Amino acid sequence: MLGDLRAELSKQLRRPSSWLLLAVAVVLSLTFGYLIPYAGLSGATSGPPGSDRGLASMLPDAFVGSALGGLPVFVGALALIFGVLVAGSEYGWETWKTVLAQGTSRFAVYGAKLLTMAVGVLVLVLALFAAAAGASALVAVVQDQPPHWPAVTEVLKGLGGGWLITMMWGTLGIALAVVFRSVALPIGLGLVWLLAVQNLLTSIAAPLLAWVAEAQKGLPGPNAGALVAGLGASTNTPGVSQLVGSGQAALVVAGYLLVFGGVGGWLLQRRDIG
Amino acid sequence: MSNPVETSELTKRYGRSVAVENLNLTVPSGEVYGFLGPNGAGKTTTLRMLLGLTRPTSGSLRVFGKTPSAGYLSQVGALIEGPAFYPYLSGLENLRVLAGHAGVRRTRVDAVLETVDLAERAKDKYRTYSLGMKQRLGLAAALLKDPRLLILDEPTNGLDPVGMADMRTLLRKLAAEGVTVLLSSHLLAEVEQICDRFGVITNGQLVAETTIAELRAGGTLRVRAEPVDRAKAHLVSLVGAAAVHADGAAFDVRVAPGEAGRINTALVTAGVSVHELRWREPDLEQNFLELIGDDDHAG
Repeated sequence: MLGDLRAELSKQLRRPSSWLLLAVAVVLSLTFGYLIPYAGLSGATSGPPGSDRGLASMLPDAFVGSALGGLPVFVGALALIFGVLVAGSEYGWETWKTVLAQGTSRFAVYGAKLLTMAVGVLVLVLALFAAAAGASALVAVVQDQPPHWPAVTEVLKGLGGGWLITMMWGTLGIALAVVFRSVALPIGLGLVWLLAVQNLLTSIAAPLLAWVAEAQKGLPGPNAGALVAGLGASTNTPGVSQLVGSGQAALVVAGYLLVFGGVGGWLLQRRDIG
Repeated sequence: MSNPVETSELTKRYGRSVAVENLNLTVPSGEVYGFLGPNGAGKTTTLRMLLGLTRPTSGSLRVFGKTPSAGYLSQVGALIEGPAFYPYLSGLENLRVLAGHAGVRRTRVDAVLETVDLAERAKDKYRTYSLGMKQRLGLAAALLKDPRLLILDEPTNGLDPVGMADMRTLLRKLAAEGVTVLLSSHLLAEVEQICDRFGVITNGQLVAETTIAELRAGGTLRVRAEPVDRAKAHLVSLVGAAAVHADGAAFDVRVAPGEAGRINTALVTAGVSVHELRWREPDLEQNFLELIGDDDHAG
């Protein structure tokens, strides 16, 4: 199992697309968390969500929330793509047979992929935190504000929550890759759900239908949004709202993580390797 | 000791389509066994079942006496349905990754790269490799675990004539070292040059099993001699009438290849002038088609 983990980590470390996804996540996070709000700082008092954030949200004591703000939507989407690539590429390149012919078990390789995913999204969340911390420190210096940093426990809770959410989306990506035994379709369907369907449910269906509004409390996206809201992300950010309490949100997100991981593993074990 | 490969009534169905049906196959230790059949005959499906990639619908299989489970392929190396690797990694990196999965030391990677003559290009990206180089990397991956059984699916696909000759030499060398080889092919000539024994599979069924020696049996001695009548009488007395077939002024005599000298001496001693005495190899393809009962193509 340790050999499988080393092998899986090596594959992802040497893969250019892994680093590209990380870079895109950091750039988008800084753009929407700091660059655009800072550009609008001087004038706008209203506008698109997120553009009216004040200076306070960009200072060091709010960096945890800023780092987590993109997780329910675009960072989640990037984590899902990473998950699909981790498992789905083995189908695309037909390398499952090459790996399994080495005598390792499907269970061991799948476990190694989940652990690689766990390490990968931890690196992603750490990078987002580091970038947000750096940007907030820069804003404080430029704006001549005192650098008040959040408590370590708050930072650790934020890291934990962020890891849980990105791990859930990444594991959904792995599960979709195993279900469809490919790369393109799982990414397409995953993104449609994450970026389109969830927003349509929240903005159109939920205000009209009470049962949809209620059902949202059990869906992965709204719970991820509620969790980051509880950890300090601004509710003006798309996908972030205090729909349920943080504890419940964390449980639901963890539950989905287990379900996605279980479904993917069960199917991989059960089916022929194509 | 258990045979490297044993299957019993092995069957794989996809819906109503039968890919492999009631296959009973035994490959003893140290043998180079050919699995011969046309495309779509069920060769690859059988090999995939042996490797645990495809689950049998019914029947059983054992590799070194073990049924499919964890550690079942610990002594098996395989190249199935052509080489498949990570295109963004070099050949060396690909093998290191696989060494991790196989649980073998990284030093083994250098050894197998030397074995397949790929050490010089080992640091190049896999996507830049030619088909022949990819095939050799596939064989290197199959050798990583220093296996006692090699399962190879069409191993010479994509290789140039030199590469094919190298592959044959390597497989014979491995067999001489005690490695059992099970290889599939749709080419009789390939099986003939590499294998000791082979099974023929068509439509998912093992229709024949024989050795190359048996397939080669049936060569004839071409004899042209005068006077014809006296030559025929002496040939019949030497080998029997059933073994002598007249072909115009010549005869095709069914004898062992080593008999030519004795026949020549006897004819000359009897005063018959021998103008032609030539061993004619059997038509392997003809024998093969007769073996598998292909009446449309058998002459």
